[in-house]
Amino acid sequence: MDIASYRPVDCDVHIMPPSDMRFLLPYFDAYWHDHMTSRGAEKLALTLTSYPPNAPMTCRADWRAAGPLDVKALGRDALDPYNTRFAICHTLHSAQILYSEDMAAAVCRAMNDWISREYLDKDARLRAAIVVPAQSPELAAEEIERMAADRRFVEVQLLTLNEMPLGRRFYWPIYAAAEKHGLPIGIHAGSTYRHAPTPIGWPSHAVEDYIALSHSFQSQLLNIITEGVFQKFPTLKIVLVEAGFTWLPSFLWRADKGWRGLRRETPWLKESPARIIRDHVRFTLQPANAPPDPAMLERVIEQIDCDDVLLFSSDYPHWHYEANEVIPEGFPKQLLQKLLIDNPLATFTRLADARTQVPEMAQ
Amino acid sequence: MSIDTAPRMTKEAKTQLGIVDCDIHPMSKTGGEITRFMPQRWREHAAVFGSNIRQGYAGSQPYPRMSPGTARADAWPPGGGPPASDLPFMQAQHLNPNNVDYGILHPLRLGPYDQRNQEFGAAMASAINDWQLEDWIGRDKRLRGSIVVTPDWPEAAVAEIERRAGQAGFVQISWGPQAMEPGGRRRYWPVLEAVAASGLPVGLHIGGQPGRAPTSGGWPSYYFEHHFHTMPAMQSLVTSMIFEGVLERLPALRFVLVESGFGWVPSLAWRMDQHWHRMRAEVPEVKRPPSEYLREHFWFTTQPIEEPEQPQHLRDIIDWIGWDRLLFSSDYPHWDFDDPAYAFKISLSPEEKHRIFRGNASAFYGLD
Repeated sequence: MDIASYRPVDCDVHIMPPSDMRFLLPYFDAYWHDHMTSRGAEKLALTLTSYPPNAPMTCRADWRAAGPLDVKALGRDALDPYNTRFAICHTLHSAQILYSEDMAAAVCRAMNDWISREYLDKDARLRAAIVVPAQSPELAAEEIERMAADRRFVEVQLLTLNEMPLGRRFYWPIYAAAEKHGLPIGIHAGSTYRHAPTPIGWPSHAVEDYIALSHSFQSQLLNIITEGVFQKFPTLKIVLVEAGFTWLPSFLWRADKGWRGLRRETPWLKESPARIIRDHVRFTLQPANAPPDPAMLERVIEQIDCDDVLLFSSDYPHWHYEANEVIPEGFPKQLLQKLLIDNPLATFTRLADARTQVPEMAQ
Repeated sequence: MSIDTAPRMTKEAKTQLGIVDCDIHPMSKTGGEITRFMPQRWREHAAVFGSNIRQGYAGSQPYPRMSPGTARADAWPPGGGPPASDLPFMQAQHLNPNNVDYGILHPLRLGPYDQRNQEFGAAMASAINDWQLEDWIGRDKRLRGSIVVTPDWPEAAVAEIERRAGQAGFVQISWGPQAMEPGGRRRYWPVLEAVAASGLPVGLHIGGQPGRAPTSGGWPSYYFEHHFHTMPAMQSLVTSMIFEGVLERLPALRFVLVESGFGWVPSLAWRMDQHWHRMRAEVPEVKRPPSEYLREHFWFTTQPIEEPEQPQHLRDIIDWIGWDRLLFSSDYPHWDFDDPAYAFKISLSPEEKHRIFRGNASAFYGLD
């Protein structure tokens, strides 16, 4: 399907940072530069267990073969083929896993400055999610405050699995800062491995961890709803990034059924979970986890029963499809305008003002 | 042929075929009712030290339920004791009026597979099995039992399976999927081999206190979430059995997943297939698309029934899973009980009704 004529907004592409932190040294202040080098910590690997760097799912073979996964490759392989208007970069790395809140915050600061300099400054189509130390919501909120002036940062990035479920009040300072600056929260597939990656323990294989992420997203989404995040922050939007979406209908039914039976427990939920999700929660396209028959995908989208929730994403360079087949077969043509343009612009409101403004320089 | 699912007890109804209820939770009036089947050493242990599992509450559930005893308000026997502890009352309230021809028991009391003292847990499991035979199956010919075992002590589980599999009245082997490790891992293979040799299916009813958070993202706050978490847990269980290669090694295994929904089954199949295709070099023992193993080895009970916003969407889901894979269950006496007359919000053809309320379970368990 040719989507270049839409000039789409790609809501999930990946910056693939180098495997250790030496590239961040110029971005640390004197204390953290000395701290890292004196401990040898700058040589620590940044890669996440959630994405084994050489595994097939982590990078498509032709893109891997084409050379370094830098800003040029991103533009050439992810943006040029679709005539992409904007692409929102997510950066998965281990600052979100460190046990020291202060070190995590220092690495996130350096990473955001590096993203700004090495990606956003070099390709005007790129936008990014602010990486934050979720280990300390106060420090995460400080980082949001620091970065919010650069309007090329259009989202705040969290990982799916942390120390506590993401709806817990512990995390609310992050949501308060994000809402204040009109930044959606992007919860991106991945785990800090504070808990076993499945509710039944540690599986043997990376592919099981990855499969389990979609049901981990379900647990997180239910927690975010039941804790009342959207009652406390009524203009907040949450984007589930790389979570899959074909599980959504059964989740909506189950969440509504549970709410009908158990709403005495969470009396602040005046509306059904399905209604709350359709108003506040968005889902990126890839991996589509589409059914084998295109007609079944049409049925799934009919079951979701909301044209506003899906956002186009390529998930570059993760390997979910071949060639330019980023739109799964069976996706309704009449929804393309919504998927590719309208829904992303409505979700990431900073994109709309960026269309008419020359991006300001990073702080 | 027609199945009578109307909540009435008339002569006319009795002339029609009854249903098979694949999830009934018998309770004991007292702990002693079960521990009387234990050796003296463990009876004394139970009396002095009691249950010792991996949670902070010695004697209650970590998430308080929204109704006493997790039960329907009307399920408390007038003669005393907790819901479903009084067979005559269960007969009068559920088995007779709902025309239950067979009821499959899932005893949840005590949590034998969770006991940190594994020898105590194994003694408890065996006592629960004796209790089912003597107090339930022996007193109502409609009831069938689950052989409760403790897979985290595989030798004890294997011994219990071998001892019980030939005893009349038991139709499946059961444990809680929230064990110490994902169910397909190697530590459980001796148990799964014994199951396969027995010819009996496995009925996995959600449960277990493995000392982990019930979600992969930590401890949730509400019972609402705890009630939901059975579905992520069962999805991981299915994934584990398939990706560990268990079903390649033991093709005779059959699982029925109890009380954990079924709306998630198609989307899990699609996701497993897509990512297996990409990552199959990691799991060479998985020789076929995961959805094929799912289709061949797993059945699902219906309660708590899926309730799509548009009722006809339930038909899509069942079409995608297979009409031969759903077994009706009521979950009596729990608060989210499904009444066989009202649970399905779509109209079923006589053939569809027969399969879900009787035929599939009869074939699965080898009932008449």
